[in-house]
Amino acid sequence: MNETTDHSALCAEHLRYVLRIADGSLILAQRLSEWCGHGPVLEEDIALTNIALDLLGQARLLLSHAGRLEDRGRDEDALAYLRDEGDFLNPTLVELPNGDFAQTILRTFLYASWQQVLWEPLLESRDPTLAAIAAKSRKETRYHCEHLAEWVIRLGDGTAESHARTQAALHYLHPYVAELFASDADDAAAAAAGIGPEPATLRTAWDAAVLPVLAEATLEVPPVTPFRSTGRLGRHSEYLGFLLAEMQSLARAHPGATW
Amino acid sequence: MSKHNEWPLWEVFIRSRNGLDHKHAGSVHAPDAKLALQMARDVYTRRQEGVSIWVVPSDQIVASDPGEKAAYFDPMEDKVYRHPTFYELPDEVNHM
Repeated sequence: MNETTDHSALCAEHLRYVLRIADGSLILAQRLSEWCGHGPVLEEDIALTNIALDLLGQARLLLSHAGRLEDRGRDEDALAYLRDEGDFLNPTLVELPNGDFAQTILRTFLYASWQQVLWEPLLESRDPTLAAIAAKSRKETRYHCEHLAEWVIRLGDGTAESHARTQAALHYLHPYVAELFASDADDAAAAAAGIGPEPATLRTAWDAAVLPVLAEATLEVPPVTPFRSTGRLGRHSEYLGFLLAEMQSLARAHPGATW
Repeated sequence: MSKHNEWPLWEVFIRSRNGLDHKHAGSVHAPDAKLALQMARDVYTRRQEGVSIWVVPSDQIVASDPGEKAAYFDPMEDKVYRHPTFYELPDEVNHM
């Protein structure tokens, strides 16, 4: 393998590494924005929308960066609105339906906690843009985790009804957590090149952040099952297609439209 | 929880910059103090309005009675000598 092909091969892996993170933020932002105007109280409606906007901001920076890495003239909008389902590399967890408030909060907590332990090692990335995005996002995510953890504890350790709903949410979401820590060849290549950590290495820190909160919320962590979701490989649940149809319809109906 | 099954009300005070006082910004509903702070952050500091937040349970604020306004505040109307501008300063201290 000569140097040129080596470089372009790494570019492909580098690109997928960034897209996986970018799409996670983008799809969760879209899911959370479904709550806009429907929050249980005005204050929480705004809080969830704030989180959605932070995630969207991360997605924009990451997708713009991915567009430059790809070098095929696609900007953040082209990547967000004109890619098809199989090209999205977000973990399946973030595309699952919101369900009730407990499921929304718990899913966002599980994913935000993963982001939190990802941003730390990304600060040392050899990709300076990625390191800068991590530095900016880290502060946002830290607040998200704090806010969401407060809710998880109050819902899990709240009334019989809120406990049952939150426990049911954990049973539903838990099988999709494993994918967050499943590394493949792209991740290994990116890690070897100093772009960012392999997801498998994040598990210990995530457990340390998440398990005490679940325990305080009196939630029982379900046993691990062999099921592995495959969103990061571009093979998605039945839900992503519908989400994209809604998210992309305007941009596809009016290409290049501006406000 | 109140009888209306609503979260308690909290008054929100924001310090916009270091060195300035906290100013009343509005109120939020929240189940407890910790979430009241977070709600206040999310509702009132979205546009960089603050560097510090206080929240106070609204029912802990003791307020003057609007019906007593005349007795409370009108007597001050003719006490102009309580304003420093009432006094003429000698030229020597004009830059005070």
